[in-house]
Order: sequence, then C-alpha cells, then structure tokens
Amino acid sequence: MVKYIIKRLLLLVPVIIGVSMLVFLVMHMFTTDPAATILGQHAKQDQILALREQLGLNKPIYVQYWDFLRGILHGNLGDSLMTKTPVWNEIMARFPATIELALAAIIFASIFGIIMGVISAIKQNSIVDYICMVISLLGVSMPIFWLGLIFILVFAVQLQWFPVSGRIDIGLEPIRITGLYLIDSLATGNMPAFFSALKHLIMPAVALGSASTAIIARMTRSTMLEVVRQDYIRTARAKGLLERPIIFGHALKNALIPIITVIGLQLGTLLGGAVLTETVFSWPGVGKYVVDAILVTDYPVVQGTVMMMAVIFVLVNLLVDIIYAFIDPRIKYS
Amino acid sequence: MTTKNIKKYEEIKLPQAPKEESKFGNAWYMLKKNKAALVGLIIISILLIIAIFGPLIMPYKPNIGELSQSLQKPSITHWFGTDEQGRDILSRIIDGTKISLRVGITAVAIALSIGIVVGSIAGYYGGKVDMLIMRFMDVMLAFPSLLLAIAFMSVLGKGIDNAIIAISIVTIPEYARIVRGSILSIKDSEYVQAARVIGNSDVAIIFKHILPNVISPIIVRATLGVSNAILDTAALGFLGLGVQPPQAEWGSMLGAGRGYFYNAPHIILFPGIAITITVLAFNLFGDGLRDALDPKLHQ
Repeated sequence: MVKYIIKRLLLLVPVIIGVSMLVFLVMHMFTTDPAATILGQHAKQDQILALREQLGLNKPIYVQYWDFLRGILHGNLGDSLMTKTPVWNEIMARFPATIELALAAIIFASIFGIIMGVISAIKQNSIVDYICMVISLLGVSMPIFWLGLIFILVFAVQLQWFPVSGRIDIGLEPIRITGLYLIDSLATGNMPAFFSALKHLIMPAVALGSASTAIIARMTRSTMLEVVRQDYIRTARAKGLLERPIIFGHALKNALIPIITVIGLQLGTLLGGAVLTETVFSWPGVGKYVVDAILVTDYPVVQGTVMMMAVIFVLVNLLVDIIYAFIDPRIKYS
Repeated sequence: MTTKNIKKYEEIKLPQAPKEESKFGNAWYMLKKNKAALVGLIIISILLIIAIFGPLIMPYKPNIGELSQSLQKPSITHWFGTDEQGRDILSRIIDGTKISLRVGITAVAIALSIGIVVGSIAGYYGGKVDMLIMRFMDVMLAFPSLLLAIAFMSVLGKGIDNAIIAISIVTIPEYARIVRGSILSIKDSEYVQAARVIGNSDVAIIFKHILPNVISPIIVRATLGVSNAILDTAALGFLGLGVQPPQAEWGSMLGAGRGYFYNAPHIILFPGIAITITVLAFNLFGDGLRDALDPKLHQ
C-alpha cells in the first residue's frame, strides 16, 4: 500500500510539470503584452520595453518557464499586475473559503444524494422513485449560477432566512486557526461567529452541491439496484433478516465503492464550479479572485490560480484512489 | 500484392463485422419505447425549429428596446416581460436558442472530430505515440474543465467563436479517451486482422472497419456532451466572457440581469428556464440513447 502511494505520488510529478507547462505556454503565447497592460494605452514604446526588461519578458521562453517553475517550488507565483501583492499570499488567504464551500457542498451532496438514491432503489418504479429521479434530472440540468440567483431571490430577499452574500457578518470573524470559519469558531467557542458563518454558507453550498447531489443519487440508485439482486442479499432475506439491516448493513456497504468514486470526482468538479457560485454569492474565495483577475487581464493571478486549482484537483483524485484501498479489500495495488 | 490476388482473398469468407443496420434499427425500436427519450427528442426538434425559424416567430426585434419600456413585468404585450433596456425577453430567448444550440453542437462536433483522430492514433498505433498523446490528455484532464475553458477565454478574448474554441479544446480528452479505449478493445479482432491481411490501409481500417463498430458509446457521449457544452456556454456568458452584448445569449442575459433581479425577477427566470429545458432535453435523449445502444440492457 505504502509502495503504491509512493508510486502514485512520483507519477504526479510529470503530470504537475505538464500542467505547469500548459498553463505557462497558454498564458505566454496568447495573452497581450503584460507590460502594455500595466502601463495602459498611453504608454510610450521605450517605457514598455523597459518594463518588459524589468519583468523578465525579454528572456528566452524556456528561461522564463524555468523561473516560473522555480518560483512555484519556492511558493512564489509572481505579483498581481493590479494590486502588486504576491499572488501566492492572495491565494492562501482565499483558499480556506473555497475549501470550506466545496467541503460543505460535497457533504450536503453526499448525504442527500445517497438518501435519495437508496430510497429510489428500494421503492423502484414507485411515485417516490419518479419524484427523486425527476429532482436529480433537474439537478444536473440546471445551471448552478441560476439556481444561486433563485435561492437569493426566494430565501434571502423574499423570506430573509439567509444573508444575500458574503462569508460572515462584519466584525464576527473568528481567530484564524485553519481559515475555515465553522471549525475556527467552534474551536474557539465563538458561537455567534459559528451561526453567522453557517447561515452564510448554507445557500452557496446547496447551490454548488445541487448537480453533485443529482449525480450521486443516480449513481447510488443504479448501484443499489444491481446489488440488491445479488445472491447474498437473497440469502440475507431468506435468513429472515429485517429489510433495514439488509439495505444499510449489506447492500449499501457493498454499493459504496462506485459511489465514493463519484463523490471524489465531484469534489474536484466542485472546485471548478466554485468559480460560478463564488461570483453569484460574492464569496471571497479563489474562484471569485480568478474571475475578477480575468476581467482586468491580470495574467499572473490567472496563471497562479489555475495552476494551484489543477494541482489540488489532481491531489484530490489521487486521494480518492487511495481511499479505495481502505474500503475495498478486493482491490489489489501493485 | 496484385489486384487479382486481392480479389481472390476477398472471395474467401472472411470474418465479418456485426451488421450496423440491424443494430441501429434495434436501437431506434428501443428508443421509441423510451418515453423520456422521446420527450427529449421532441423538445430538441422544437428547439431546432425555433432556432431556424426564430426571426419569423419573434414578436419584437431582439436587440432593440425602448428605455421607457424597461423592466416591464410579463403581460399580454410582452409575454416574458422586458429587460433593463426595454427589450422583449421572449424575443431574446428565441434569438438565444440559435446561439446556444450552435455553440453546443459545434463545440461537440469539433471536439469529437479531433478526439476521434487523436484517440484513434493513440489506440491503433499504441507504444510511444499512445503514451505521449495520452499523457498530454491526462494533463488536460488535470484541470476542472470549466476553469480551463475560462483560462482559455482569458487569453483568446471574449466572443462566441472563442467560446466554441475554448469549450471544444477542454472536451477533446474525454472523446479521445473513449475512442482510444474502444479501439483497443477491438483492434485485434479477427475481422480487423482480416481487413489488414487483404491490404487495407491503416486509415481505411480505422475509419471503415473499427470506428463504425465502436461508434455507440461515442454517439452517447457526444449527445450528453452537447448539454454540458450548453451549460458551459451559459456559464461563460454569465461571467461576461462568452457572447458579447447586444447579442442575445441565455447565460449573458442572466449575467446582465443580476443587477436588476431583486425588483424584476422575470429578468432571470425565463433565460434560466430556457437553459434548463434545453439541457434536460439533451440529457433525456442521451440517457435514452445510452439505454438503447447498450446491448447489456436489451437482455
């Protein structure tokens, strides 16, 4: 197992180098001259040339790439063209917000997706099954940003159950330990902060997790339907076991492998989806940061953020692979 | 090998690939029995008609409005109300159908064409070529697709054509993988070997003998891919990176409506419903197609 993990980690190296190369080339081959962007429309040619020299843009492309790669290894992703602050610091300051949102979304999606899938499977072809499947079909067909806007309209503006935007009420920010407000406020016993953070988190998390809920529900249903037809389930029934232990103790346990695969893959997808949700709810995470940067062509920010998110995406997928080994002894790793 | 010899070989009873006609005939029969898929197909047909004949059925010009008529609620004169510039939302939604379908279908067609070529080369030739191509595909799959599309848009610039390019590029690896996997599964079959023995070129073997027999999963993926492409187009439009004003596109209509929807909810309601119905139709049809083309489900 340890050997497998080490092997997979080593295999990550070429993928991450490839990711960095792709991000770097795309950003450098197609973007407009960053020096011209910084200096604006009225800049003179010699000013642009001087700034290009200062930014190292006159060096050969492979030297620039090497500098970029070395920077990543030292936690240096360059400075934002607009705010002049280090991109790494900005990303680190915002990353906990995105992680908290993605985790909340995946927890919501897993719980409701599995419940819906199991109910659909055990009540196959009933009205409950049809309702669950219609909900899940709508879930994968609705744009999450539109769902977010509808949530704001109904639950924030009309019913006023939740705040319209933001991450926590001003002045209630807990002392930073992990950067995840829910955990930090609980750890410091700051309950007003906890409830404020929770109220701010619910709508974006549900909106972000809606498509994943639907995908997990559909996967759970089809896997459960396959599992409940297996001989060992028939045996359990013949032995006179009650339906509940059969479903949860035998069937669901065995159906979990493909469900966990889907959940893992969804966690990665949610990082991409966070770009939209964070924009809708003005959630101060990495997604909103990158969208704002794109709109003002701040390429070091786009480059750094896309790179970081890709690395996290790859690591999450690796983690999912490793988790299989723990939950399914039939999978052999060599 | 002379032509005469080749003809001789062809006369020998060589292993034959399964007949496609009966396979697709059977699939069509299964599809007709699937009510949800039929509903999807009917909605797609209606959307295509709206896209083609849009200008004839639009009650107003989609890009021209009167400021005095801005943010009007749905009424007899404006069924879906008007937007912040007094433009008729129904007319804009009808106009947007053409763009959403165009981007969705074109992006998938481009990605599919490149994916088929790349996946075929990787799967058929194997070895170092396969390794190189698939590692590059792995790198592309290392990005959340929407994020990569956004990154491409940030460098390509805004606009509908660039949206098509960005969405196609990020979906190529999915098709390449499916094609490669399918080719690997049958490239050593007897009928492929037979085609090789009678002197067919590699291109002919791939396109005439292999691809027609592995096309089912590719068609299914492409149908479902259209719905994803439509959602991605809407997302890019919503972020202000896709189709540019004044052109009507459902996602950009939602993006523009964000500033006004507290007082005029209809401004975001109808474009969102249009996206949902279109994506739902392709999902229903794609699911039905998968069930119809999957031989395991026929048993």
